[in-house]
Amino acid sequence: MTKADLVEATYEKVGSSKKDVAEVVDSVFETIRTSLENGDKVKISGFGNFTIRHKRERRGRNPQTGQEIMIGERTVMTFKASQILKDIVNSNS
Amino acid sequence: MTRSELIEAVASRSSNFSKKDVEIIISTLFRSIAESLAKGEKIEIRGFGSFKVKNRDGRKGRNPKSGEGIYVDSKKIPFFKAGKELKERVNTKKK
Repeated sequence: MTKADLVEATYEKVGSSKKDVAEVVDSVFETIRTSLENGDKVKISGFGNFTIRHKRERRGRNPQTGQEIMIGERTVMTFKASQILKDIVNSNS
Repeated sequence: MTRSELIEAVASRSSNFSKKDVEIIISTLFRSIAESLAKGEKIEIRGFGSFKVKNRDGRKGRNPKSGEGIYVDSKKIPFFKAGKELKERVNTKKK
């Protein structure tokens, strides 16, 4: 499933053009990105939470060559699915 | 930011849709992703990331309270992997 499929699944519900709905869908993802970029987590009730984590600098190793390298301090995002989403995913089994 | 704040923010920037419409779009959006995951499909959103389901095998577990041995069934777990743009933007230093 791609963004186009999401637009397809959505546009009939509001009786609007695909183009207009595509704009809103883009805006949704852009708004989430901006919020995370600014360090603010995004909590979508019934779906899950997108959160930010700061990683300290640590020593790592290239698994291929065994060479030690420093992995710099960085910020990453993680997604934690809500119990509702976990249940939905397991419902069709 | 919560779901309602997301709706608010997107609606305020849209000239074509009311808050109610945006609410419907956002609900449908996340429901579609969930339903697609339930079917075992992968959802890929360029510049944002991808959602997919991973399988956890069943395993022998133990009830920590009673010490009783039980079998934990295999289950599916939703996963999200951030896309390149999202990763880069999250990682840019803010002063």
